[in-house]
Amino acid sequence: MANVLVNAPKTAKRGSVVEIKALILHPMETGFRPGPNGRIIPRNIIERFTATWNGTEIFDMEMSPAIAANPFVSFFAVASESGTVGLRWTGDEGFVVEERVAIAVE
Amino acid sequence: MDHQMDRRRFLAGTAATAGATAGAIVVLPFGSASATPEAMAAAIRKVVGDTPIREGRVSLDLPPLVENGSTVPLVVSVESPMTEADYIKAIHVFNEKNPQPGVFTARLGPRNGRAVVGTRIKLGDSQKIVAIAETSGGQFWSARADVIVTLAACLEEAT
Amino acid sequence: MKVLRLGIGLAIVFAASWALAQGMADKGATDKRRSGTQDMGEALQKMQDDDTANPGMLFVQLGGQLWGKAAGAAGKSCADCHGGAASMKGVAARYPAIPKDADAPVDLEGRINLCRTANQQAAGFPPESRELLALAAYVAHQSRGLPIAPPDDPKLVPFRLKGQDLWKVRQGQLNLSCAICHDDNAGRKLAGVTIPEAHPTGYPIYRLEWQTLGSLKRRLRNCLAGIRAEPYAYDATEYVMLDLFLMDRARGMMLESPGVRP
Ligand code: HEC
Ligand code: HEC
Repeated sequence: MANVLVNAPKTAKRGSVVEIKALILHPMETGFRPGPNGRIIPRNIIERFTATWNGTEIFDMEMSPAIAANPFVSFFAVASESGTVGLRWTGDEGFVVEERVAIAVE
Repeated sequence: MDHQMDRRRFLAGTAATAGATAGAIVVLPFGSASATPEAMAAAIRKVVGDTPIREGRVSLDLPPLVENGSTVPLVVSVESPMTEADYIKAIHVFNEKNPQPGVFTARLGPRNGRAVVGTRIKLGDSQKIVAIAETSGGQFWSARADVIVTLAACLEEAT
Repeated sequence: MKVLRLGIGLAIVFAASWALAQGMADKGATDKRRSGTQDMGEALQKMQDDDTANPGMLFVQLGGQLWGKAAGAAGKSCADCHGGAASMKGVAARYPAIPKDADAPVDLEGRINLCRTANQQAAGFPPESRELLALAAYVAHQSRGLPIAPPDDPKLVPFRLKGQDLWKVRQGQLNLSCAICHDDNAGRKLAGVTIPEAHPTGYPIYRLEWQTLGSLKRRLRNCLAGIRAEPYAYDATEYVMLDLFLMDRARGMMLESPGVRP
């Protein structure tokens, strides 16, 4: 089950700049921490977060283990035309989550 | 500044000596698994090459006093028209004392309208954070911030 | 190896900021009780208040997904018996409570696990498991903004009184009681941290220190470890008794679940 919370306006004026905020459930295990048995817990992080607007990439973030658990990212986008904002998180252990939100541009 | 210790060790040290020192600060050298100011400088060089880094245009917004280092809100904003002709291409954030110097690299363009990125980061200790913005013209601008991480009482080890 | 990460020395030095905190509290209404939320900095209060920034809401969302999922030999989901989320409105505000035909109180997590075992005929969730916390957060979220309202059940009284005794007893190598910190020294600084009044208004909470959601039980275990007392076993009734006492002490205060704490 993917757990993602996205905050983006449902509607926007053409040409205005909107903020998009996204939160995802993920441990962001650093790979530097010993577990209860004393052995290092293997690294398990989200490495990349990408955003598209109607399929065109508009934002990309490469993450390190220093990003906090349950990563939060906020960025801005110009509301150029109505459509879909696609968000995609990829990382260790084959982690892939995609989420879409629609924004109507008037 | 006697802040060069790893928090985990600091706390373990405090517990071990609590009886004798009544809450005094125990200073321990930080471990080899920490990035150093030199490692940060090297990581920055790798990104900017020989281009000079200028101070300004970038603002790095972090709470100056952090109640817990494991989730610290951070916002980087860069002054830029964000037009096809003149925009911010990338924002890089570095830190001194986490195990790796690189925190994140965000790639942006004119479609963003504003060169502002927010996230939350982990800080094992009080330290310096550096944000560097790369313009479409190949210039680098930067800002730095000192963050003080206060210790929380009654912590637990991961069980 | 289990290391107690103790950020306090034996001598507790309280800073002068207490006077300031008290002064601010005095300006409020006649009720001077303060939720732990008010002791946090602006950045964390904002994180708690914004539903798309509060990481606890990820667990509420997960709880909502689990609520509708059939489980156990009965093949029933929570929703099959209880209907929508609205059925849980006000429930968290009056727990712990004594289940029908039982003699001892259970906390909210305990009540959920009772439904797991008795009604779904499935294995109970382990303490602090993601599923249990997510369901508790989902249920508790339905009471957000409602006043804490412990039930008048006379059978609860002896348990609550025992909780009060536990609150007052000195324990651990530091020989401190909960009351010494949370009644006598609330608002003062302890190793850089403001001692809260210990009202259970935000549970389960997203604690930054844990980097995940955790129960009141886990929070109490942290305080016990902090004074270097052996925490009670996970299934000990002591936690439920303390919970009963704390909920009564916070009667009328607003529930804020899921809270964010440093
Ligand atoms: C040495 C002082 C001290 C003692 C003794 C102590 N606590 Fe705490 N307690 C704290 C501090 C400090 C915090 C806040 C920790 C933080 O934010 O890191 C806290 C937090 C709490 C909270 C969370 C409040 C909130 O807003 O979420 C509860 C509940 C609590 N304590 C209950 C107890 C109980 C019950 C006991 C006795 C078994 C106890 N404490 C003993 C210092 C203490
Ligand atoms: C087969 C039906 C059934 C299923 C399935 C079921 N419950 Fe219940 N649940 C009940 C009944 C009946 C009660 C009331 C018992 C009583 O009156 O004491 C109850 C009580 C509760 C209460 C306390 C309500 C109150 O007002 O005190 C909670 C909370 C709860 N259930 C949560 C859950 C959750 C979460 C699940 C899914 C994991 C679940 N239940 C699954 C039948 C069910």
